[in-house]
Amino acid sequence: MDFVSILSVFVLACFVGYYVVWSVTPALHTPLMAVTNAISSVIIVGALIAAAAAGAPGAKWLGLLGVVLASVNIFGGFAVTARMLAMYKKKDRPAGTVHK
Amino acid sequence: MTEGVSKKMEHANAVSPWVSFAYLVAGVCFILALRGLSSPRTSQRGNRFGMAGMAIAVVTTLVTHVPQQALGLVLTGPDGVIASTGPVLARLDTVTLLEILAAIAIGAVIGLVTARRIAMTAMPQLVAAFHSLVGLAAVLVAIAAFLNPVAFGIADIVTPMIGQPFAVINRVSRIEMILGVAIGALTFSGSVIAFLKLNGSMSGKPILLPQRHLLNAAVALAIVFFAFGFWSGQHAVDFWLVVALSFLIGFLLIIPIGGADMPVVVSMLNSYSGWAAAAMGFTLHNSAMIITGALVGSSGAILSYIMCRAMNRSFISVIAGGFGAVEGGGAAAATDRAWKRGSAEDAAFLMREAAQVVIVPGYGMAVAQAQHVLREMADKLKEAGVRVKYAIHPVAGRMPGHMNVLLAEANVPYDEVFELEDINAEFAQTDVTFVIGANDVTNPAAKTDKSSPIYGMPVLDVERAKTVLFVKRSMGGVGYAGVDNDVFYRDNTMMLLADAKKMVEEIVKALD
Repeated sequence: MDFVSILSVFVLACFVGYYVVWSVTPALHTPLMAVTNAISSVIIVGALIAAAAAGAPGAKWLGLLGVVLASVNIFGGFAVTARMLAMYKKKDRPAGTVHK
Repeated sequence: MTEGVSKKMEHANAVSPWVSFAYLVAGVCFILALRGLSSPRTSQRGNRFGMAGMAIAVVTTLVTHVPQQALGLVLTGPDGVIASTGPVLARLDTVTLLEILAAIAIGAVIGLVTARRIAMTAMPQLVAAFHSLVGLAAVLVAIAAFLNPVAFGIADIVTPMIGQPFAVINRVSRIEMILGVAIGALTFSGSVIAFLKLNGSMSGKPILLPQRHLLNAAVALAIVFFAFGFWSGQHAVDFWLVVALSFLIGFLLIIPIGGADMPVVVSMLNSYSGWAAAAMGFTLHNSAMIITGALVGSSGAILSYIMCRAMNRSFISVIAGGFGAVEGGGAAAATDRAWKRGSAEDAAFLMREAAQVVIVPGYGMAVAQAQHVLREMADKLKEAGVRVKYAIHPVAGRMPGHMNVLLAEANVPYDEVFELEDINAEFAQTDVTFVIGANDVTNPAAKTDKSSPIYGMPVLDVERAKTVLFVKRSMGGVGYAGVDNDVFYRDNTMMLLADAKKMVEEIVKALD
């Protein structure tokens, strides 16, 4: 891809992000931060490339460390988001938390 | 050597359309993940889209970048037939794959254990810690790309007449890399400070260095200068100086910012972690990273904007820091005026007789961990036929949506929880407002007193209710902004002075 087509993807994605994020309900702003955190760890792609490449051992080890850090974030971020989202319930409560 | 190099360049540059397509699918999954958050009903499905997108991105990268022989070995070679296809290389690649999988496994264990154990009240710290990891990962990737640019497909090998061949990084890639490393480093050190402040390991009070604006400007200029140097000459020293100075400026930017401005800071760092990912996406020509970076970047920026608007402060003034560092005269005057003190029994009586009670939680509720007992109180009231609602100010707590998560944790149905603009008109028809752990966000001075530092901030009109019950630890303390709250001294206000959790527990007992 040349620079201009990459830039177009970026600019359009910014607009998509703008509209999608405004549509997020304020009650879910904390899960929003947690999940954006998890997905920004897509930077793991770069770390994987570095870790898989031969030639520069220093870069390889940095890549592996990057994979560990990004994985913490990916697994932790999605798991904590799932944990939070599971707590949001409507008024008709499930069995177990019934009124006395 | 040269053969190996050309092969790697092929991996990075001449990608098959399917690979680009896979990254695009991953990017779309991430958009759907955020889209799902428009309602709690669809949010869990959204989260699963996010996981799927990440899995696609990771598998695609592994398949294209771990050399094929390694996968072939794993698939076909239980009895060593692969000897003919170059055993040394093949064995080496398996090692690489195993190393990577081990790295992912280590991260997965740490991440999953943390996610399971973390208390909901500690969510702001956790998010700050996660931001710091994204920042650091971006820095590591950028450094790796600098050390081994050929593997990333961003350099040409130049063979001079004399001496070793060396890699010349493309001009555009240099800008992208240096941007990625600078934003990543700033995100990392800034998030570490935010984490320490939110975690209480460091005072939440603003730390003001002398001449800090000048100092920050000087550091920022130096970063631009060395970044320019790296762009023009690809000198290693420029690169490392940008890394070091960016770590420094992240630190300098966050230390002057006080505790209650943290919602803005956390959102801002969220935004930065996105821009760092986007910059690295430009370097790698990877659409999944670019789309994600743009999404996360705009998400953080919008949240920062919402938080600033909710405080009626400009983003610049928040970032400049120092708010609430100077104590106003209001604190001293606090005890001079007449106010009424109530007991748990009084509160229980008033609320039981009410038709509608609106609960206004704030950071103090989180500190006291009072959300569960608060919900018990609400249940008791509902049994007695009282309508109970919750009113949330956007900046209540230490991060956007902080109160909503705590209430959800305590099993409060989300359709009883209302945002400021949806409930503010209702206070006039409310019998009792129950303020617990909030202060500045209820201060009517924001509407009337032009000299107040919080003038113009949208506030909850709690004083319009027939009675205001204000839970507070003591009369001495003031809110974050350092201003006295007129609500304390009104005729229709009853102060409930105690630890928030103890007070609510007593009210629950009195309701029996």
